[in-house]
Amino acid sequence: MSHTLTNITLKIWRQDGPDGQGRFETHQIPQISDEASFLEMLDILNERLIEEGREAIVFDHDCREGICGTCSLMIDGQAHGPQQGAATCQLHMRTFSSGDEIVIEPWRATAFPIIKDLMVSRAPLDRIVESGGFITAPTGGAPDANLIPIPKPVSDAAMDNAACIGCGACVAACPNGAASLFTSAKLTHLNLLPQGQAERYKRAEAMVETMEDHFGSCTNHGECSSACPKEISIDAIAIMNTDYRKSKTKNRRALSRR
Amino acid sequence: MTETLSRGPVTGTAVKAPAKKKPFVFDLYSTAVGKKYVMAITGLIGLGFVITHMIGNLKMYLGVVTESDGERAYDIDIYGEFLRELAVPLLPRTYLLWGLRLVLIAAVALHIHAAIGLTSINRHARAVKYQSARDYQIANFASRSMRWTGSIVAIFLVWHLADLTWGFVLPDHVVGAAYYNIDQSLSRIPVAMLYIVGNIALGIHLFHGVWSLFQSLGWNNPRFNAWRRYIAVGSAALIVAGNVSFPVAVMAGVVEYDPAAVTHPVGEENE
Repeated sequence: MSHTLTNITLKIWRQDGPDGQGRFETHQIPQISDEASFLEMLDILNERLIEEGREAIVFDHDCREGICGTCSLMIDGQAHGPQQGAATCQLHMRTFSSGDEIVIEPWRATAFPIIKDLMVSRAPLDRIVESGGFITAPTGGAPDANLIPIPKPVSDAAMDNAACIGCGACVAACPNGAASLFTSAKLTHLNLLPQGQAERYKRAEAMVETMEDHFGSCTNHGECSSACPKEISIDAIAIMNTDYRKSKTKNRRALSRR
Repeated sequence: MTETLSRGPVTGTAVKAPAKKKPFVFDLYSTAVGKKYVMAITGLIGLGFVITHMIGNLKMYLGVVTESDGERAYDIDIYGEFLRELAVPLLPRTYLLWGLRLVLIAAVALHIHAAIGLTSINRHARAVKYQSARDYQIANFASRSMRWTGSIVAIFLVWHLADLTWGFVLPDHVVGAAYYNIDQSLSRIPVAMLYIVGNIALGIHLFHGVWSLFQSLGWNNPRFNAWRRYIAVGSAALIVAGNVSFPVAVMAGVVEYDPAAVTHPVGEENE
C-alpha cells in the first residue's frame, strides 16, 4: 500500500562554489509518494526548479542501489539520514511523515571542500587508497579459486571490511572529522588476508600517515560506525592502531637491514 | 564543473620513502595515532593512581588504631607515613614516593599535551562546522564532554594539591596530619561541594576514557569487548562512590578529628 506524504518542508544548503557564502534555502514538497526514494524526491524538486527557470540543486548520486558510495547528504543531522545501514539512495520517503521539516546539508570536513550546493570533493580518500590500499605485485590472470586456502571466518571478516564503499559518511559523522573507519576498513580488508601479509606494515604506516595529512583523529565516539551504510565495526580501528604501532618498529627494523 | 586535482607522484607501498629518522617514541608521538597511545597509557597510569588513592583514603573510616608500641594514631596518618617510607632500607625516606610522583607528574603533563595537540588537529579537520543541529546516535554526553570534564579535573587537581598537600588554601593545614586536614578542609560546605563536583567530573571522564583506551591501544577481542564497557562503568562508579563518600562522611560527622583519641594530637607535636 503506497501512501502520499503531504506538506514536506526542505531546508537545503545552497552554495555557489567552493568559496561561496552558503545559505539554507527552503522548498516545499506539497505531495510525494512514500515509495519515492529520497533522491527521487530531490529529482522531482529539481525538475520543478528547472521548469521555473531556477537553478537545480547539485547533489552527488550514481548507482542508486547502495554500492557505489557516491551519494552523500547530511539529513536531519545524520549522515545518510535516519535509516541504519543504508546509503542516502536507499532511504525512502516512508521513513518520514507528512508535515516534516527535513534539513539537508553537505558533508563538512576540511578535507571535503564543497564543490557546489550539496556536492563535496572526497579526493583525500583516494589519496589514502593510493598510498597503500592495494597489492603491488603483478598478479596476472585470476588465480584458481581455493589456490590459497583462507579460513571462512577470516575471509568473512575481511569481506565485512571490504564492504566499505568509500562514501565518507564516517568522516561526515565523526565529531572530529576523522577518517579512521574508512582507513581501518581498507587496511583490515587486506591485512586479514594471506595476500595482504607481505606489505601489511608498510601499508599500515603509509595509509595512516596519508590519512593524518588530511583528517582528524579518532576519539572513539563510535558515530562513524553508526552512520556507515555498510555498518563496519570500529573494531577495525583498534586493529589499525595495533598495526600502525607495530609498523613503526617493524618497518624501521626492515629498513635498517638493507 | 571541472575540478583540478592536486596530487603528488602516486606512491605505492613498495616505493614509500624511508621512515623518518626520529627516535621511535618521538616518531610515534608526532602522529595522531601515537598521541592516542600516549593518552591511553598516561590515562591508565592516572586510573591506577586514582583507584589506589581512593583505597588509601578509605582508611579514614578505620579511625584510630593502636600501634605495636602502644601509641594511638589515625590509621590514615600511619598509611601516609608508610608511603613516605616505601622501600626505606633500600632507598632513603621519600625517594620512592618522589619517584612515583614524578611518574604521575609526567603522565599528567603528557596527557594534557597530547590532548591539546589532538584537539587542535580535530578543530582543523572540520574548520567549518555543521550549520544545522547534529543528531548524534552513539556519541554520549561523556564522550563529547571529555575536554570539559578533563579541564574541570585539572583545575580541581590544582585546588586539591593547594588544599591538602601544600595547604595554601587551608589556613589550619598541618603537614603529615592527613585525618586532621581532611576534617578541617571538608567541614567547609563550599569546599565539600567542590570535591563532589570534581569527582563527578572525574567519573564522567573515566566513563568514556577507560572504554576508549582499549580502542586506542588496540585491545580489541570480540570475546571480551563487552567487558570493556563494564570495566569503564565499574571503575567510574567505584571512584565516584568512594571519593564522594569522604566529603559526605565529614559533613555528616562520621569522620571527625578527636585530639583526645590519639597519643600525639595536632598542635602538641609542633612544640
